[in-house]
Amino acid sequence: MGVGIEVINLNAWYGTNHSLQDINLNIPGNHATALIGPSGCGKSTFVRCLNRMHETNPIARVTGTVRIGDLDIYKDTKPVEIRRRVGMVFQRPNPFPTMSIYDNVAAGLKLNGYNHRQALDEIVEKSLKNSALWDEVKDDLKKKSGASLSGGQQQRLCIARALAVDPEVLLMDEPASALDPVSTSKIEDLIFQLKSQYTIVIVTHNMQQAARVAEKTGFFLNGRMVEFDATHKIFTNPSDKRTEDYITGRFG
Amino acid sequence: MDESKQKSDYVFRSRARAWIDGAATGLAIASTVLVVMPLVAIFIYLVYKGASSLNLDFFTQIPKPEGESGGGMANAILGSAILLGLASLIGVPIGIGGGIFLAEFGRGTKLAEAVRFTADVLNGVPSIVMGMAVYALVVTPQMPFSALAGGLALGIMMIPTVCRTTEEMLLMVPHAVREAALALGVPNWRSVLSITVKTASPGIITGCMLAFARVAGETAPLIFTAFGNAFWSTSLTRPIAALPLEIYKYANSPYDDQHRQAWAGALVLIVLIVLAVSLVRWVTSRGVLKGAS
Repeated sequence: MGVGIEVINLNAWYGTNHSLQDINLNIPGNHATALIGPSGCGKSTFVRCLNRMHETNPIARVTGTVRIGDLDIYKDTKPVEIRRRVGMVFQRPNPFPTMSIYDNVAAGLKLNGYNHRQALDEIVEKSLKNSALWDEVKDDLKKKSGASLSGGQQQRLCIARALAVDPEVLLMDEPASALDPVSTSKIEDLIFQLKSQYTIVIVTHNMQQAARVAEKTGFFLNGRMVEFDATHKIFTNPSDKRTEDYITGRFG
Repeated sequence: MDESKQKSDYVFRSRARAWIDGAATGLAIASTVLVVMPLVAIFIYLVYKGASSLNLDFFTQIPKPEGESGGGMANAILGSAILLGLASLIGVPIGIGGGIFLAEFGRGTKLAEAVRFTADVLNGVPSIVMGMAVYALVVTPQMPFSALAGGLALGIMMIPTVCRTTEEMLLMVPHAVREAALALGVPNWRSVLSITVKTASPGIITGCMLAFARVAGETAPLIFTAFGNAFWSTSLTRPIAALPLEIYKYANSPYDDQHRQAWAGALVLIVLIVLAVSLVRWVTSRGVLKGAS
C-alpha cells in the first residue's frame, strides 16, 4: 500500500550549487503527484532526495527531513533499505543489457539474495502484468535480452523491475520523455492504474501529462517550490503569478 | 552566375566527391590488406617450413638426444599449457581485481593514481628483465628453476594488460545501468560485481585473451625461471619445458632436422594460441541472449 511523504525544510547541494532550497510539502499516499517546472529547476534533484539517490553523487549534500510513512529516511535507515521501499523509474529506459527479460524483473530480488524459484516466477509474472508488458513478452522471458525490446517496452520493463521489489512509493523522473506518443499513452494508462496501489511522484515537462494523471501538482522554479495544490487548481486558477506565467507558456 | 555555369560547377563538384570517396575507400581497403598481410605471410611461411615435420610423433614424443632425428615436442606443449595455466591463475584475478579497484572503488584517490602508474610502467618492463627479477626474488638453491617460477614471471606480465583493459571496459558501462541497480536497493559492492562487471565482461575477456596470447610466446622470462627440460615433467617445483624455449633452442642448433622441428613448433604454438582464444570466446559467448549488446 502506498504511504504519504512528508518533506520538511529540505535543502540540497551539488558542490556549491544550492539546487534545492527550503522545500516543504506533503505528498498524499495512493495518489499521483506531478512535479512541473523548467529544466534545471530542481525537480529531478527533489525526487532523487526521496530515495537517497542524490547522495550517490560524491559532491552532493542534503539537509532536512523526509518522512515516508513513519520512517525518517535520513535518520532511521540506510540508503539501500529506503531504495527497496521507494522504487524509481528514470528518464531513459535503462534495462540491464546482459540480462534476460525475466532476470531484469527479478534483479532487485535476486541481487538482494532472494532466490525462491517458484515465488520469483509468480512475482515476475505479476510485475509484468502490472506494467502491461506481460502479453508482449511472455513467450521469450528467458530467451531475449531486456535490451532487445523497443524503447516503450524497455520503459515498461523498468517499471516492472521497480514494482517487483514491492515498493510503497514509485518515483518517475520524466518516464515518457524519450518515448513516442503511443508508448507515452501506455505509460500514462499504467500510472492511472498503479496509483491505487502505490504513491506515485512523477516529474514531467509535459503539462497535459500532469493534468491527465495527477491529482496534485507542484511547480518548481530555481530550486524552490513555488506552488503545490490540486492539479485542476494549478492549471485553471493558480495563486502565484509565476505559476500562471509558466503554464500559459510565457517562459520556460 | 548564369544557370549553365552553376550546373557545370555542380557536376564538377559531385565528380570530385565521387573521386574522393573512391580514393578513401581504396585507402581503407589497402590498409586492411596491410594489417592482415603480415599474419597471413607468417602463417603461410610457417606451414611451408614446418608442416613437413608435423606427425604424430611430434605431439606424442619427447625430444631425441642431439644428433638423432625424429622425436617430438609433447613435453614442451604440455609444459606450455601448464605454464600458461599458472600464469592465468596469477595474472587474471589480480589484474581484474586491480581494474575493478581503479574503475569503481579507488576513483580519484592517490592510491589509484599510484596503481595506474605502476601498471603502466610494469607494462613497459622488458620481458627479459621480468625473468631476471623473478630469478633474483624466487629462484634460490632451495627452490631451483621451476614451473612455478616460470608461471609467476608470465603471470606478472599479464597483470598490467588485464588490469588496464578491465578498468577501461568498466568505465564504458553507462552510468544509467549503475543507477538502475542502486535504485533497486542493491548495495554498491553487489552492483559492481553482478551488474557492472557482468555488463563489461565481453571486453574484460578480450583483455585477458590479449594478455594470454602475448605471454604465450614469451621466451626471455622463461630462460631464468622455467629453464626448459628435455624430459617429461609435470612437477610444478622442477624445471619444465615450454614451446618458445624449445623453438629457441632448436633454431640455434646446427642440425637441419632440428631447424625443421623449430618451424613446426612455431606453427603449433600459433595454432594452439588461436585455438585457446577461440575456445574461450566460444565458451563465454554461449548462452548470450538475443539482442544483448
